[in-house]
Amino acid sequence: MRTFERTMAPHLRPAASIPRLMGEVLIALLPATVAYVWYFGPGLLLNMAVATAVAVAAEAAVLAVRNREVMPRLQDLTAVLSAVLLAFALPPLTPWWVTATGAAFAIVFAKQLYGGLGYNPFNPAMAGYVVLLISFPAEMTHWLPPSGLGLAPERADLFASLTYLFTSHLPNPLGWDSIGGATPLDEVKTQLALARTVDEIRSTALYGDFGARGWEWVNNYVALGGIWLIYRRVIQWHIPVAVLLGLIVPATVFYLVEPGNYPPPAFHVFSGAVMLGAFFIATDPVSAATTGRGRLIYGAGIGVLTYVIRTWGGYPDGLAFAVLLMNMAVPAIDRYTVPRVYGHGR
Amino acid sequence: MSGDKRLWQFHGGMPLPGHKRVSTSIPLEATGIPEMLIHPLSQHVGSPAEAIVAPGERVLRGQPVARATGYVGSPVHAGSSGTVVEVGSRPVPHPSGLSADCVVIRTDGEDAPFTGYDALTNYETLNAPALRARVRECGIVGLGGAAFPTSVKLNVGVGLKSLILNAAECEPYISCDDMLLRHRAADVVAGAQVMLHALEIRHCCIAIEEDKPEALEALTARVAEIGDTRIEVVTMPAIYPAGGERQLIQVLTGHEVPADGIPADIGYLCQNVGTAAAVASAVLRGEPLISRVVTVTGSGVRQPRNLDVRLGTPIAKVIDACGGYTESARHLIMGGAMMGFPLNHDDMPLIKATNCLFVASAEDVRPRPPEQPCIRCGECARACPASLLPQQLQWSTRAEDFDEVEALNLYDCIECGCCDLVCPSHIPLTQYFRYAKTEIWNRRQERARSDHARNRFEARKTRIDLEEAERKRRLEAKTRALGKASQDEDTRKAMIDEVMKRVRERKTPDSAEDTRE
Repeated sequence: MRTFERTMAPHLRPAASIPRLMGEVLIALLPATVAYVWYFGPGLLLNMAVATAVAVAAEAAVLAVRNREVMPRLQDLTAVLSAVLLAFALPPLTPWWVTATGAAFAIVFAKQLYGGLGYNPFNPAMAGYVVLLISFPAEMTHWLPPSGLGLAPERADLFASLTYLFTSHLPNPLGWDSIGGATPLDEVKTQLALARTVDEIRSTALYGDFGARGWEWVNNYVALGGIWLIYRRVIQWHIPVAVLLGLIVPATVFYLVEPGNYPPPAFHVFSGAVMLGAFFIATDPVSAATTGRGRLIYGAGIGVLTYVIRTWGGYPDGLAFAVLLMNMAVPAIDRYTVPRVYGHGR
Repeated sequence: MSGDKRLWQFHGGMPLPGHKRVSTSIPLEATGIPEMLIHPLSQHVGSPAEAIVAPGERVLRGQPVARATGYVGSPVHAGSSGTVVEVGSRPVPHPSGLSADCVVIRTDGEDAPFTGYDALTNYETLNAPALRARVRECGIVGLGGAAFPTSVKLNVGVGLKSLILNAAECEPYISCDDMLLRHRAADVVAGAQVMLHALEIRHCCIAIEEDKPEALEALTARVAEIGDTRIEVVTMPAIYPAGGERQLIQVLTGHEVPADGIPADIGYLCQNVGTAAAVASAVLRGEPLISRVVTVTGSGVRQPRNLDVRLGTPIAKVIDACGGYTESARHLIMGGAMMGFPLNHDDMPLIKATNCLFVASAEDVRPRPPEQPCIRCGECARACPASLLPQQLQWSTRAEDFDEVEALNLYDCIECGCCDLVCPSHIPLTQYFRYAKTEIWNRRQERARSDHARNRFEARKTRIDLEEAERKRRLEAKTRALGKASQDEDTRKAMIDEVMKRVRERKTPDSAEDTRE
């Protein structure tokens, strides 16, 4: 008689793993990272470095305090991804302590205090970003115009970026007046408030072929990475498509009714954080709805809320708020979108 | 005949590496008769059979050694001629790992046949009950692995549209239906004809996945040869678990079997092709079910192949017939790589439900990676052929919220294992669901027991209360009478006298002298 070791069905093993999924998402962000650095300088890379270091340290510290295994969790790359996404949302020049605060809040409060990976109701990166937006409004609105377009007299090079990162001051003789600028979305909001028409506003050099100059290409590369993720089956199509439609449909309606006061839908889609939000942030599985129909509702909600906040709210871009608001609705959405089970009447 | 038929899709599922060629390179052959045959009395769904032989008795090949008890039941037949040496408990292949009653026969090598069953070559003149009786007395059960008594399944009444013969064989590693069709397509087709007659219908669909071209060719050639237009051969894409009864019906017809019903409710009846071949043998040749085709495969066996094995043969002997184990044999699994269950050792018999013995190495069946937290990615829901939400089911199972688990229709889970296979967090979802099903079942039993106990307790309490009330009522009546009497001196005296008199009378008979004093 020969004895054997037990194994429980199914005996085949899954190919996917969390680090592999997160790794693919990080890789999909590469083209957008290159485009971002091309247009807005090396600040993004510095922000990523600061955010990742703080996020990983915070994750390790809280896991240790909670008496949980540290290494398996750090290796799943979820903290790194949250940090990278947060860095993408920040202005290219951000003092280190702002980035660090955001990353620490994202990991400690938005993720670990809820129970860690898999238990956080809110998207950690967006929670961290919103805290910064509310707490440090000045630092969070110092944006740079895309380089090489003569939009600003001077450029922020690596030295300037590093100096600002560590000291919160630009090196002489640079000043925000000479290198900075509002984001195109902000500009549109301000100018519309001054009773100028969309056509007039869009005729300035800030605007490109279909969105905001520079931003439109960053968004294109973000979308490219997102489509790659769908192709690789890392994410499903429901949320990105619903977010984009949720934004495009109201934007089209208002643009058609009153083109002078409402920017065209393409401008909305290719400006700000929309593509990043649609493909990389709203698709964070932990804080998103899980059913097919639920994801359509969740995504559409984010799109519509983004449009509402951009158009009538107090902030130029509303995606982060839209994501957090829809995060809150997820349990209800999941509850009411349970699919029909095989053999149960239609 | 095939290819042009419209097919439907079921939700979820996935293509899986078949690993079928491992075991199909050598032609099907019958193994020899082992020294000992062990026949468990319960190899089927339903009530166990009852032994009708005693130790020392001589039996012939195909002679019944146990009779069916109950409507859902099946007899068991001797695999060869010899002497019964024991009727008692032996280890049997069952997920529980427990032992069960078996009839053990020491074979004599003569393989002398039992002649109790006539060949019913004139089956077309027989009616359905007669054919069902033959299928039942020959001990035929579903050979696809479920082992449900075939005669019960054939008794579906009227309104049936179509008989579906399942040759999908979607599970990795298993190739016994494939090899059966390659070598004995004629038996399968004859079985289909017998069942069509028994069911009094005129359409049979034999469904096969497209990754079995040799079997398909043998089957279509046989159907063309006999020119029976009632039988249609349909090829379908190899997507696991298309061979699941409910999924198969959906692929072929676009209809769903009601969750609380059976395929016959919507006019279909599914049988495995191996079962059809067994029906043909039983009816046309009078041979009860004493052997079956079994796939022996995996890196743990020297020469993986398919064998026609006498039921009751010890598994170790079956492996010997395949050249024995290799160095890397680590797990012994009965069934396939997705739904098979592990056996602790090989000292147990091959039974009617044994479609495959998968001897796996550590490469074939890798250790399960440690479980990570669920990230709610929803891949499990995408893969589920029943359209369940495995992620929410496991959440509620972990919370032991079994009402919610039932509300999410756990009982529609067919335990195919698809959700496990796509989970990036490596959560053993199928295990969770098996646990939840058992737990719900246990709780129901417990509830039934406690309900019973409570009912008994309440009945007793009611009875005691009633008695108490009755006692009180009598006491009160007496007290009232006494109270009334105390108002009237004369009546009181009369009553006391009466009581004294009664006491005296009671004393008088046994001690009259005492009273006098």
